[in-house]
Amino acid sequence: MARTLKLRIWRGDDKTGGLQDVTVEANHGEVVLDIIHRVQATQMGDLAVRWNCKAGKCGSCSMEINGKPRLACMTQVASYPEDETITITPLRAFPVIKDLVTDVSFNYKKAMEIPSVEMPPGMKPGEPRMQQIDVERSQEFRKCIECFLCQDTCHVIRDHEENKKSFAGPRFFIRIAELDMHPLDILRNRKKSAQEEHGLGMCNITKCCTEVCPEHIRITDNAIIPMKERVVDEKYDPLRWLGSKIRKREGML
Amino acid sequence: MATGVFSQGRAKISERTLRTDKWWVQPLITFLVLIAFIIYATLRAFENGNYFAEPLISPFYSPCLSTACVAGASLLGTPFGIIHIFGMVLSPALLILIFPLGFRMTCYYYRKAYYRSFWMSPPACAVAEPHSKYTGETRAPLIMQNMHRYFFYAGLVFNVLLTVDAILAFRNPEKQWGHMSVGTLVLLANATFLWFYSLSCHTCRHTVGGRLRNFSKHPLRYKAWTFVSKLNHYHQNFAWVSLLGVAFADVYVREVATHAITNWYFF
Ligand code: SF4
Ligand code: SF4
Ligand code: FES
Ligand code: FES
Repeated sequence: MARTLKLRIWRGDDKTGGLQDVTVEANHGEVVLDIIHRVQATQMGDLAVRWNCKAGKCGSCSMEINGKPRLACMTQVASYPEDETITITPLRAFPVIKDLVTDVSFNYKKAMEIPSVEMPPGMKPGEPRMQQIDVERSQEFRKCIECFLCQDTCHVIRDHEENKKSFAGPRFFIRIAELDMHPLDILRNRKKSAQEEHGLGMCNITKCCTEVCPEHIRITDNAIIPMKERVVDEKYDPLRWLGSKIRKREGML
Repeated sequence: MATGVFSQGRAKISERTLRTDKWWVQPLITFLVLIAFIIYATLRAFENGNYFAEPLISPFYSPCLSTACVAGASLLGTPFGIIHIFGMVLSPALLILIFPLGFRMTCYYYRKAYYRSFWMSPPACAVAEPHSKYTGETRAPLIMQNMHRYFFYAGLVFNVLLTVDAILAFRNPEKQWGHMSVGTLVLLANATFLWFYSLSCHTCRHTVGGRLRNFSKHPLRYKAWTFVSKLNHYHQNFAWVSLLGVAFADVYVREVATHAITNWYFF
């Protein structure tokens, strides 16, 4: 065993709970999820933790490590100094179920509120043709593993529970951007609904979502700000509004 | 009622943040640098003097548009007469201040910077903000941030004017062409940084091609968008460099105008 690790793990449920001290051995090259599993196997048999792939691809093991939203399976123990106590808590923006497991159903509800791609009428499966340069912007957003770390860190809902009803969150802004940039999608109200129904205007582009995304999706620069600009085209720019009335089309496509 | 990370149902943790790193350093530095710039720029804008030393003009005072401007400083003439406010002559810097100020205030990068460091909304990621209510940019006055593109257009006009100022600096104090001084380099550098700042702007990226749905139908705009996207990656850096560039150019011109230093000529 390479080193002895001091941990504080949050244990509890939606009513009570607190941080508990644990000392555990850690091997060279291990990640925080390995350590949690060792604690579970040796000292806390009923410690609840959600995980699946251990490869940073399923998005299940989201939690907060030393206060930062992270994937436990992608966080090297060696990245913390030898004498540092590592504090592990569940995500703090969502209701806790037990120990490190939170109820992230908020995100699934928001996902359902966004209509999926609508292809031109009469187009059959196999028929759509799209060029690479037309889809590459959206492809970045398809890397999302739905870990919801961005949602967890976004202060709009993390710090204001009451905003949850009117704010979809960064993960869904990249979804809206993906569809609004889709070369074949024919739904034309995505900009308006992003602003009026999904709370795009609540985002103050402070970029915490981008900072925590394990897939390094440039959420703010490549999805949120471009969407804000598209909303301005549609709603706040008198010159473009006039132009679209004269040319009778939605923006310049 | 408890809200945010202390809301009912969330894990009961009494700390506002459990971060152990020095998360407050970044916003503190941003705060101090911006405050220093604001104080300096305010003092200079009200000073109403020492902004012109043939052929150099401070970027704070260009274009100089009022008859209060010192002789030779007005590139575009003087459409404004001398304006008095509370018995004091209005500094010509204040006539144009709104444009660069509005451009930077509504810039997507500076918004991030001051929302974090001044308004603490949030001070850093996963650090609970001190406000009990939050509506973001959905209401007045912050909904005005959506006017950024108009300040961007105005910014382009200023870039052209400041570039002309830099070109005019290839003259000597007797207005003869074909000379170059340290001041020429200072103004050239300032104009260059400002161009990079404007070209890397998110609105610029959107305007040149970002708003298109099908790049394949607009190959030239796709090229332009790809180029601006590359610059856009460094927008934050350009924002700071150009801010310091403006301040430095102003300091330099002031020093020359007060004869504290001599503007050294290469030829
Ligand atoms: S940039 Fe916007 S969406 Fe992303 S974390 Fe900040 S406020 Fe939330
Ligand atoms: S955008 Fe990034 S942080 Fe957000 S859910 Fe997807 S992978 Fe996770
Ligand atoms: S276990 Fe799948 S992302 Fe960590
Ligand atoms: S986004 Fe910074 S100047 Fe436009």
